[in-house]
Amino acid sequence: MRDEIREKIQKNSKATYQEIFGKLLVSISIIIILLIVSAIFGFIFSKGIATFTENNAQVKDFFTGTNWNPSMNEKGHPQVGALPMILGSFGVTLLAAIFVTPFAIGTALYITELASKKMKKILQIVIELLVGIPSVVYGFIGLNVVVPFIRENFGGTGYGILAGAVVLFVMILPTVTSLTVDSLKAVPKHYRSASLALGATPWQTMFHVTLKAATSGILTAIVFGMARAFGEALAVQMVIGNASLMPTSLLNPASTLTSVLTMGIGNTVMGTVGNNALWSLALVLLAMSLIFNLIVRLIGRKDIK
Amino acid sequence: MKNTKFQNNVAMAIIKLIAAMVVLILVFLLGKILISGVPHISWKFLVTPSKAFTAGGGISVQIFNSFYLLILTLLISFPISLGAGIYLAKYAAKNKITSLIRMVIEILSSLPSVVVGLFVFLVCVVQMQIGFSILAGAIALTFFNLPLLTRNIEESIKAVPNLQLEGGLALGLSKWKTITKIILPEALPGIITGVILSAGRVFGEAAALIYTAGQSAPAVDFTNWNIFDETSPLNLMRPAETLAVHIWKINSEGIMPDANAISAGTSAVLIIAILIFNLSARYLGNYLYRKLTSAR
Repeated sequence: MRDEIREKIQKNSKATYQEIFGKLLVSISIIIILLIVSAIFGFIFSKGIATFTENNAQVKDFFTGTNWNPSMNEKGHPQVGALPMILGSFGVTLLAAIFVTPFAIGTALYITELASKKMKKILQIVIELLVGIPSVVYGFIGLNVVVPFIRENFGGTGYGILAGAVVLFVMILPTVTSLTVDSLKAVPKHYRSASLALGATPWQTMFHVTLKAATSGILTAIVFGMARAFGEALAVQMVIGNASLMPTSLLNPASTLTSVLTMGIGNTVMGTVGNNALWSLALVLLAMSLIFNLIVRLIGRKDIK
Repeated sequence: MKNTKFQNNVAMAIIKLIAAMVVLILVFLLGKILISGVPHISWKFLVTPSKAFTAGGGISVQIFNSFYLLILTLLISFPISLGAGIYLAKYAAKNKITSLIRMVIEILSSLPSVVVGLFVFLVCVVQMQIGFSILAGAIALTFFNLPLLTRNIEESIKAVPNLQLEGGLALGLSKWKTITKIILPEALPGIITGVILSAGRVFGEAAALIYTAGQSAPAVDFTNWNIFDETSPLNLMRPAETLAVHIWKINSEGIMPDANAISAGTSAVLIIAILIFNLSARYLGNYLYRKLTSAR
């Protein structure tokens, strides 16, 4: 005899099937993202090391050499000295970070400690709008405003690391500022009250208490900004002058990893030494973005302790 | 005593000065873009195709390409981000694997866009031989968009009180049904705001596109809507330069006599479009929230 109730209880319900279906669907989405990231790393790594495994370039030359001319041979090794680009990238990034730090901290202090509700709202909108401006537009403004300004006031052609750093400074300013605001907001209010109650002036409270308590958050914000600056391509490429020479001054045309990549990939043939060397630069970029990530994590871990 | 007071006053003045300078930077940037660009915008500029060597070119094809690419990108990236966002918000267990997944997504979001573009160039354009095309561009922009959209959707879903899920489960609904029928509608305003904001970012992106969607805008025939025809605007396999790429291209190698005017005009169009995206994200989000919930 069929026992309907028994069957109904023992069989999976409609809800169970719905649940399995849904879980499967969302898991597939996650797996797609994981696959994409591993594919990016796999492909760029295997392309990036080809310069050293197939074209006999030496790793030491790559990081310390100053002649970038991959199609030329020198004692059996192609000339792939990437030091000028690596220095260029670090130059613009560090300089932009130095410019951005006081601005981001000052603006964040104003927003969290001093501003009235109305001013707070205005500054929040200003920062949101700045985030929205695309990087090519920053590059275009840099080309029309920053480069002529530097040419007239500091000499040189105007193109160079200084111009790149100024453009990057404006570009990363909103990101760094809003992250700094978040970290200042996370400082408990009673810290400030206690300090003020001890007779400290508002500035002493900000400097000795609020900023100190938020130090790791602010550092994270700056590193995030640096990661963005390091990977930015077009805005920098438009103002840096694109000369693969050792940067001797902030005002001479230079180049960065990203600018050489954007200019070069279209002009080289797949599989040649010149092309492989460019993929090695892309690998350096990838590695640096991992290192920036790692630094952020290390800062965060220190904070928990 | 006097000294500390003086110090305090100086410091406060400096902080206010810095904040004022940041506002001035924005005013200057927007003013510069709009004042030098808007005079070049005319109906003719918006509806003529660009010209490579002579003056008087417009940006009609680039405008169409930008919006078409944006829509395709959202069509691909939204379902994936939605799934991933639901997973992270409601299904992910608190363990090592979940934190690894979060780390991977964070890494993807911090990759330089030029590296993402080169990867798609390598895999899609070169190895799968689909060439510089809208499709390759949409794939590159999807990779670029996925982590941000995922995080946004996750946060919108997490903002919905867990009571809703418990209520649904208590009524005998499956977790999946509760999420799709009860939680998602409530999270919708947040999700839509996030989608529009990410649309603004995608719209202005150029570095990931120069080697995927290409740097040329072949003439298209706006009366031909056959998706497989080469001159059709809907064709997925044609190279498609966007507004942002157009600005970069004419500034680095443009030889038309009015290159500066065209890039100023294009920048203004781009900025206006992105301002509209940002403002509509704000208002639509608020409006939907008031409409869909009982908040006044």
